[in-house]
Amino acid sequence: MIPVIRRILRAGIVSEPRPEPAEAVELDRLQGEIRRILGRALAIRQVDAGSCNGCELEIHALNNPYVNLEGYGIRFVASPRHADMLLITGPVTKNMEHALKTAWECMPDPKLVVAAGDCACSGGIFGESYASCGAVERVIPVDARIPGCPPTPRQLLAGILAAIGR
Amino acid sequence: MSASAALAQFFAIALALALAPLLTGWVNMCRAWLQNRKAPPLLQPYYLLHKLFHKDVVLARGASPLFTFAPYVVFGCMLLACAIIPTLSTDLPFAPAADTIALVGLFGLARLFIALAAMDVGTGFGMLGGRREMLIGFLAEPALLMVIFTTALISQSTSIATIVDTLARGPFAIYPSLAFAGVAFAFVSLAENARVPVDNPATHLELTMIHEAMVLEYSGRHLALIEWAASLKLFAYSCLGLALFFPWGIAGSDSLAGLLPALPALAAKLAAGGALLALVETVNAKLRIFRAPEFLGSAFLFAVLGLLVRLLLENQA
Repeated sequence: MIPVIRRILRAGIVSEPRPEPAEAVELDRLQGEIRRILGRALAIRQVDAGSCNGCELEIHALNNPYVNLEGYGIRFVASPRHADMLLITGPVTKNMEHALKTAWECMPDPKLVVAAGDCACSGGIFGESYASCGAVERVIPVDARIPGCPPTPRQLLAGILAAIGR
Repeated sequence: MSASAALAQFFAIALALALAPLLTGWVNMCRAWLQNRKAPPLLQPYYLLHKLFHKDVVLARGASPLFTFAPYVVFGCMLLACAIIPTLSTDLPFAPAADTIALVGLFGLARLFIALAAMDVGTGFGMLGGRREMLIGFLAEPALLMVIFTTALISQSTSIATIVDTLARGPFAIYPSLAFAGVAFAFVSLAENARVPVDNPATHLELTMIHEAMVLEYSGRHLALIEWAASLKLFAYSCLGLALFFPWGIAGSDSLAGLLPALPALAAKLAAGGALLALVETVNAKLRIFRAPEFLGSAFLFAVLGLLVRLLLENQA
């Protein structure tokens, strides 16, 4: 126990400053006061709609003390019913199409959808095929996009903050 | 009931409602610092509640009225618990309405409703969470009762106001039994509040969840009430522990002059307790679920030891 505490004290606070803000996102469905209320305590549900897990590794890094998503009052939740934002990675495979729609329907309004990574934004190298629906917006409406293959944790953080207007 | 007593009671309830999310925020803040990260704002739990009250409610198909009713019952139980636990003063008009045994019953009632509601929708994780919660509950409650019997034997009363009054203002005495009871109470509080050695309040992994798994289906204002109730429960347990084992600074009268000095004392004790809780959560790993009975079994053992020490060694009074 003592060595653990000593290491904690020696490391100090390692969180990095906020990344450069991404391009502001205009939302038609969600504006003004309600967007601010949502953004102060955002809950994110991440859905892997058929990704290669490259984006998941980067999203996982959002939780570390360096990027420190938690410090902005944003957290990942275990249920779409608790969530305000659906963070989707990967081209939507036919097998995940139904699950993705269900997760979206399970979320209480007001809600946001963010497509993370090139595959989710445009279909990426997988595109549309007999097994893949392609971009997320062909299945559910998308509010904001974070391109990159995969986007870095700081790009993801900037994109998420831009989507909630912070 | 005099007007000033009613006012003191009202003030105690309002204080619990207002301070409970702040205590949760403070614990989260300390934990973030201990993880070497910049902490979220202290007021984050209030932002969360504000947001949840602005969200819609989505109900699962097949949810019965019990499911929508349960959050109100849980919230009511925790509010009543906070009303009878002496936070600032021991002169509470509600105190005779429920003694310490009824207090354990109140926590039990809340647990029953949340577990039933978790099973109501019929999802796998709800069932799993509800059953685990009952496992923790039936092991924690006897230990809590034993702790309370020890303190009740010291003050010859099960009324919580009388117990705290005796401990705070009785003739000065060192009770070894209270040391054992204190350790048992700390173990039980960790388990009951879904804290780290038994459960992890910040987990996203459904298979390791206990409390979180039960509330997966709740949304909007229902979830807000449940989150608020969880904060109130932590506040109630903290105040109960502070009142039983560190009763200094609690006012004996309901006058304003008595309540005002009690407020900073309570705030300082809660801040220290919250920081200690964050430290315990940081240096411990979560136990495997099947080790939880051993953890709570040792809590029961400590509580029984406290009771025996009281009966065998301290009974001359």
